[in-house]
Amino acid sequence: MKKYMSLLRMRFISGIQYRSAALAGIVTQYVWGFMLILGFKAFYDADASAFPMSFDALVSYIWLNQAFLAMFMPWITDTDILESIRDGSVAYELCRPVQLYPMWFYKSMANRLSRAVLRCFPIIIAALFLPRPFKLLAPSDFGALSAFLLSLFIGFLLVVAFGMITYIITFYTLSSNGIRIVIIGTVEFFAGSIIPLPFFPENIRKIVELLPFASMQNVALRIYSGDIIGIEIIFRIVLQLFWFIAIYLIGNYLMRKAMRHVVIQGG
Amino acid sequence: MKLYRRFFMIHLKSAFQYKISFLLISIGQFFTAFMVFVGVKFMFDRFHTVKGYTYSEVLLCFSIVLMAFTLAEMFVRGFDTFSHIIANGEFDRVLLRPRNEIFLVLAGKMELSRVGRLLQSIIILAYGINTCEIIWSWDKIVTLILMICGGTVIFACLFIIFAALCFFTLEGLEFMNVFTDGAREHGKYPFDIYGKKIFKFCTYIIPYTLFQYYPFLYLTGREDNKLYMLLPIVASLFAIPSIMLWKFGVRHYKSTGS
Repeated sequence: MKKYMSLLRMRFISGIQYRSAALAGIVTQYVWGFMLILGFKAFYDADASAFPMSFDALVSYIWLNQAFLAMFMPWITDTDILESIRDGSVAYELCRPVQLYPMWFYKSMANRLSRAVLRCFPIIIAALFLPRPFKLLAPSDFGALSAFLLSLFIGFLLVVAFGMITYIITFYTLSSNGIRIVIIGTVEFFAGSIIPLPFFPENIRKIVELLPFASMQNVALRIYSGDIIGIEIIFRIVLQLFWFIAIYLIGNYLMRKAMRHVVIQGG
Repeated sequence: MKLYRRFFMIHLKSAFQYKISFLLISIGQFFTAFMVFVGVKFMFDRFHTVKGYTYSEVLLCFSIVLMAFTLAEMFVRGFDTFSHIIANGEFDRVLLRPRNEIFLVLAGKMELSRVGRLLQSIIILAYGINTCEIIWSWDKIVTLILMICGGTVIFACLFIIFAALCFFTLEGLEFMNVFTDGAREHGKYPFDIYGKKIFKFCTYIIPYTLFQYYPFLYLTGREDNKLYMLLPIVASLFAIPSIMLWKFGVRHYKSTGS
């Protein structure tokens, strides 16, 4: 455990060195969030009664989604993991006295976390001070805030575990670009980062909310904005936990299977 | 032109060397664009109109912007990824060759796997044309073509500007994506839905609305002034400052390679 934690710390520290990249990311995400809100506002003006959540809740959803983007976006991949499978340097990793799955797991956790830590605070703080329709509101009470943080953490673990499966697929296909693009598209859509899940048609939404993708950022962001309340919070968080454990176990199983047949590339 | 065709054939052949990979990436591109389309559909199932624009009108707008962006990305990819060319010193080689450097960068890289997204935009366009109530006279067809061409030129110019900025920063500037990817994503709706300030920015700073909003008004019959249909040509004048900036950048170029 200790060796993995130190690996996490190492990657984290090297990750937060990229400050100018983070600054560029913050500007990008800020503008992006603004455009999204303005777009939704036009729909809100068109027909406010058809809006499935309060406008304030939507605004909070968008800002928090932008702030924690690096934690949840499926397109953030550890290129050196993919590269090491492709060029065969994964062989060195296999020689070390560590397990590959947890090592990569912590590595991608650190990678995402270091990006998110640099970016989330400026975005959140700036959004808190905007004028009203664009303002990120504080959560309704302390309970909602702690449930949000818990759900955010589990969702984050789930995203990392899911990412692991896409890495493991590379062992089988080598050039996994195409498959990865399809997976990324699917995850983005069903996790609610193109349009939030409440905007889906009712009957489709009922099914989509049970999928693992809905347990990523969707739950946490909606707990924060008060869109999910009461007993439903517990149900959703349990579902998140279930999916995380399931995806984690599947990933471990696939990894063991891949290790049995692994062919090292390169020479 | 003949040389460009040679380059094109080489890129085509090299793309087809990895058939499965090429196919999968194209499918992936198709799929990603498809998901955005489903998002738009869900929004309109719920709201029916936005600022008076109907679903099929928005689809027209969406597909035109998507197509323009994709064409630009396919054929101007060399500028889009120019920071690599600068960083590994490849640009020195380009300068040594007896051809115009813009041509060489342009022809040096093409991203043909974007054909998947192109196909998606064609399907959406066809669907939009089928369902909307526009009567397709010759001037509307010309407008549509001008919009696509004008948009391609604008996106291409943006890529050239980013490449030119690389001469000074030596690395890609991520926040520039706001102007390309951002315009692709948010330009699926006519720009006036975002309010006055954004609209002004998209007219006077970067002339998106000249190929998207104004000709779109003419296309959907909201405006009868024939001048609106020619605005994409005016938008193409954006190429002049872009290329000037590029030339300026080339003059400042200091090699980084070894």
